[in-house]
Amino acid sequence: MKYIRSALHIVALPLILLFIWFISTLGEPNFFIPTPQQLVETFINTWTADRFLGDVFPSLGRLIVGIALSIVVGIVGGLLIGSFRWLRALLEPTLEFFRAIPPTVLIPVLMLLVGVGDDMKVSVIVLGAVWPILLNTIEGVRSMDEVLADTSRTYGMNRVNTVRYLILPSAMPQIMAGIRQSLSIALILMVISEMFASTEGLGFAIVQFQRSFAIPEMWSGIALLGFIGVLMSFIFQLAERWILGWYHGLREIEQSA
Amino acid sequence: MTDESVNPGPEPRRKTPETREEEAHRLHRWESSGRSDHRGGVPGRHAGGSTSAGLDVATRPDPAAPMSSVAQTGATGRATTSGPGRARRQRRRGWSTRLLGAAGVLGMLLTWEIVPRTGFVNERFMPPASEAIGGLISNFGLTQFWIAVLDTMHAWALGMVIAVALAVVLGFIIGTSPFLRRFTNSTIEFLRPVPSVALIPLAVLLFGFDIESSLMLIVYACFWQVLIQVLYGVADVDAVAMNTARSYGLGPVARIRYVIFPTALPYLMTGVRLAAAVALILAITAQLVIGTPGLGAEIASAQSGGNYVAMYALVLATGLLGVLINLVMRMIERKVLSWHSSVRTEVAA
Repeated sequence: MKYIRSALHIVALPLILLFIWFISTLGEPNFFIPTPQQLVETFINTWTADRFLGDVFPSLGRLIVGIALSIVVGIVGGLLIGSFRWLRALLEPTLEFFRAIPPTVLIPVLMLLVGVGDDMKVSVIVLGAVWPILLNTIEGVRSMDEVLADTSRTYGMNRVNTVRYLILPSAMPQIMAGIRQSLSIALILMVISEMFASTEGLGFAIVQFQRSFAIPEMWSGIALLGFIGVLMSFIFQLAERWILGWYHGLREIEQSA
Repeated sequence: MTDESVNPGPEPRRKTPETREEEAHRLHRWESSGRSDHRGGVPGRHAGGSTSAGLDVATRPDPAAPMSSVAQTGATGRATTSGPGRARRQRRRGWSTRLLGAAGVLGMLLTWEIVPRTGFVNERFMPPASEAIGGLISNFGLTQFWIAVLDTMHAWALGMVIAVALAVVLGFIIGTSPFLRRFTNSTIEFLRPVPSVALIPLAVLLFGFDIESSLMLIVYACFWQVLIQVLYGVADVDAVAMNTARSYGLGPVARIRYVIFPTALPYLMTGVRLAAAVALILAITAQLVIGTPGLGAEIASAQSGGNYVAMYALVLATGLLGVLINLVMRMIERKVLSWHSSVRTEVAA
């Protein structure tokens, strides 16, 4: 009974919204809004295997490379900057300025410096997505528990072990929070970077549909982007549960105590 | 779905005490609040003005933790670096830190100056820092530049107001009813990760180059940021405090005003601060991609016109604007939450 109720809670509102959409498009065909059946049909017809190979997979490939690079650069840089107080003081204002620049304005700049190929798109994603990870890692390293740090020093842990067993785990909750923000930025930048001087990719395809007034196709592209966003946040939640499982468990114990 | 997943935003609660001092301080407050509770027997005092103060001490040691602890940075909010310990440390090493920071900025500018001059990068594509900054300064004297800035800020402010108003109203309505929370959870979870830029083509179709298309993107992106925080804040209301308010006969409106609102306010301010940064990004992105007037459109035209010095100057201007918005939002947050323990301790320390 309980499961049925919770299942009902999950599907009720989406179904109601679908129904409203269905009812409101019943009458005169609206130019801007396709009917649900139309959208599903278009979606299946538009996003064929060809398109997936030509547009979606290259986009996703750049997205994944960009995210992976941001994570690596952000964590390594953050560990480095966070560990030395003078380095932090030296770089913090500069980094704050760079992260305040809206990442999309770097697209024209990078088009000049790097060209218009995949390099440019990946660097746009990295330059936008690296900041939350970098700054959160710095902050995570900085706010490490002093007792733990002293203990590990007293036990004579070497540098590698300190990073592996002390600094990384204690900064991990913040790093994950940073990665979560980076994911959505990366997705936005993937789309935007493909709207400039591009010939393939998801962002390009959607803009192309819009320019040729292929409205149901455009909606199907928007829906696909939505699915990708939802999928990414789902994967992230799984990963977080796996990586931070120890931490959530710890907090539950602390809270119940 | 469990209740956990209602609030997938960055974990707002303080996770670990930052320093031992802070922990001790917190314990101390806890004790003193206990004492004052024993002492106070006047019902009027509790039901009236002290509700919020009583709340934030007795029920949760540090309700404003979200602002200062966990990396709550949103798309571009800055990594949080406030907190009592930080304030104290900063005063001690304030000067050397500031000097080093200035040195860092200077070093960065110097690198930017030298790299194109030595021909490592084409000087035409990457003008030296001095030229870009010169372009920025000469921009300050141009009406066109200020009109672009005003256009950008206009879209930003309007979008923020609409998004925050919508999110606060809906957040309070949904948040105060457990049924509505469960009922809307799946839909919110599904719509939230949809990237707002996916709406660009739709915005162009519906509104063309008008400000409405920027507004649509800004409102969509900011709405979720704020809504999630408000939901989180409303859910954080302490049951004991709520029951106390009820037994003292506070009506629904008074409960919202004196119990729920003060609890949710720190969360709301966090959401607003994050949304402010996101709104700027989207305002400029919309101008850049769609061509609605503003700084983004200026950048696009400078780039296509081959006026690269102007383009770099405008990019610098957007960065300065971003820094400025961050600073102002932080100031507002501090002002609005001046009653709050987290801000108070920071000042007192």
